[in-house]
Amino acid sequence: MKKTGMRQCRADNVFDAVNLIICIILLLVFLYPLYFVVIASFSEPSAVWNGDVLLWPVGFCLDGYKKIMTYSDIITGYINSICYTAGSVALGLVLTISAAYPLAQSDFYAGKFFSKFLLFTMFFSGGLIPTYFVVKGLGLLNTPLACIIPGAASVTNIIITRTYIKTSIPGELREAAFLDGCTHFTYLFRIALPLSKAILAVMALYYGVGQWNAYFNAMIYLTNAKLYPLQLVLRGILLTTEATLESGSDPETLMAQQRLGEVIKYGVIVVSALPAMIAYPFVQKNFVKGVMIGSLKG
Amino acid sequence: MAAFKNVGRNLKEDLRRNYQLYIIFLPALAYFIIFHYLPMYGVQIAFRNYLPARGIWGSEWWGMYHFERFFRSYNSTTVILNTLKISLLSLVLGFPCPVILALLINELRFKRFQKSLQMISYAPHFVSTVAIVGMITIMFSNQGLVSAVARRLGLPYTNLLISPTSFVWIYVLSGIWQGMGWGSVIYFSVLAGIDVSMHEAAYIDGATKMQRILYIDLPSIAPTMVIMLILNCGSIMSVGYEKIYLMQNPLNLSASEIISTYVYKMGLINSDFSYSAAIGLFNSVVNLVLLVLVNTIARKISDNSLW
Repeated sequence: MKKTGMRQCRADNVFDAVNLIICIILLLVFLYPLYFVVIASFSEPSAVWNGDVLLWPVGFCLDGYKKIMTYSDIITGYINSICYTAGSVALGLVLTISAAYPLAQSDFYAGKFFSKFLLFTMFFSGGLIPTYFVVKGLGLLNTPLACIIPGAASVTNIIITRTYIKTSIPGELREAAFLDGCTHFTYLFRIALPLSKAILAVMALYYGVGQWNAYFNAMIYLTNAKLYPLQLVLRGILLTTEATLESGSDPETLMAQQRLGEVIKYGVIVVSALPAMIAYPFVQKNFVKGVMIGSLKG
Repeated sequence: MAAFKNVGRNLKEDLRRNYQLYIIFLPALAYFIIFHYLPMYGVQIAFRNYLPARGIWGSEWWGMYHFERFFRSYNSTTVILNTLKISLLSLVLGFPCPVILALLINELRFKRFQKSLQMISYAPHFVSTVAIVGMITIMFSNQGLVSAVARRLGLPYTNLLISPTSFVWIYVLSGIWQGMGWGSVIYFSVLAGIDVSMHEAAYIDGATKMQRILYIDLPSIAPTMVIMLILNCGSIMSVGYEKIYLMQNPLNLSASEIISTYVYKMGLINSDFSYSAAIGLFNSVVNLVLLVLVNTIARKISDNSLW
């Protein structure tokens, strides 16, 4: 909302000032916890332990990260997570296109029924146990596929993609293509998909982030620790207290290890969020795009 | 009957003409049948007494036994009340936040600050649940950030995560912290679409910013708010287990055990499959009923509804 050229009255100036102060506070509220994790991970373990680290790193120290590099679990977890994420993105996109393209065609006779068929699953589900039995029955337990396939497609994403295809590709284009002998297959691959690249990128991001951050399916379907995704490894380190402690006899070393353990926890959070943090500034516009399209009720 | 014949004829005609569309749709259809409708069919395990040796289809029908067992057990009231308490608190406190945030940021005059604040407010949404809970746990621990700040201010500190009351607040407020920026995106998109001339006209008539927010911005985003509210109400009984399960500890369990975590523990840890499925089904049905109810009310009083 540009209001250039409008002169402000006094009430408005007060409003602007108050608003600015509130927004600065909000900025700190959003940013500080994340910032703190980063500075704590680079600080001297004893400084973190004593609560001296508040605004900037105290005594730059990489011990935590050095220790993290020696955990083989984190590296396997990273590799697993990358594989699962790639798999989820691929499968998620295939299923999303498979549902969204037909549903976007106004002459698809069964489309109305199928939209309802998909929408219903948003509001009602069989629940945890029956789903578990289906996954078990298919023999997916303890395989990487158990992390990828259940929950591979999201109805919300399908709706967003459908709305995009429907509204951004002109119907005349299809008519012309079909007059020239295009079939649905050729039209989908040659015209509809290339024209939907923007939305497909957004969907890839949604599925990718979703999988990268997920732990629950892995926790219930996997028992083999070699298959654990990063989040599950992270859970082990962050939320089970003894995980980072090693046996030592004298209390001084124990204490030092405990302090280091705290810094390691901050460090693993940073390490796990690293891909997202690096990519975030470049892709955040795309995330927003998805919501914008989704809000056009289709 | 005639209508049915018509449907059949149209479908046959469409299958002939558009068979490729059906082929394209096939993978998605298969996926939704297998991973969504098959579990719905399998929910009958709740009405049987599942024995691993006999399988789901071979186990005896026990009717409403497991539902009755749940309602008679002394856990049921606690679990239901905890779920309601947490979700209502999240809804009441959490629903207005994205709206207010969007309105405030929208009025910021420094465009660069506006953009940065928006971007930073979305960031927590992309931090994983495990990392968030990890952050909460270390920050609220006896040697964590919160206790360090308390010590500097000369306040006594006791671990808030082990107290059932403060657990609820930490859960709800951290949820708002994580979700409000992202939740505001949808309102931004509506605010961006408001005709500038409306604001100009109001300005010429001497309306202050506050008045323009109340009489132009707020009514413009109201329909979106109604839709979001309906969606939120539809999930009142389904507090996600992902975050709360990680935040549970034996000391806060009296406030943190909710339906979904109870279902998980009963089913997959205690292997009491039928009982667990019954509780899950009860939960899903309540959600569905609430959604339909709220949607009907919304349609009656505001003309905005999901269907």
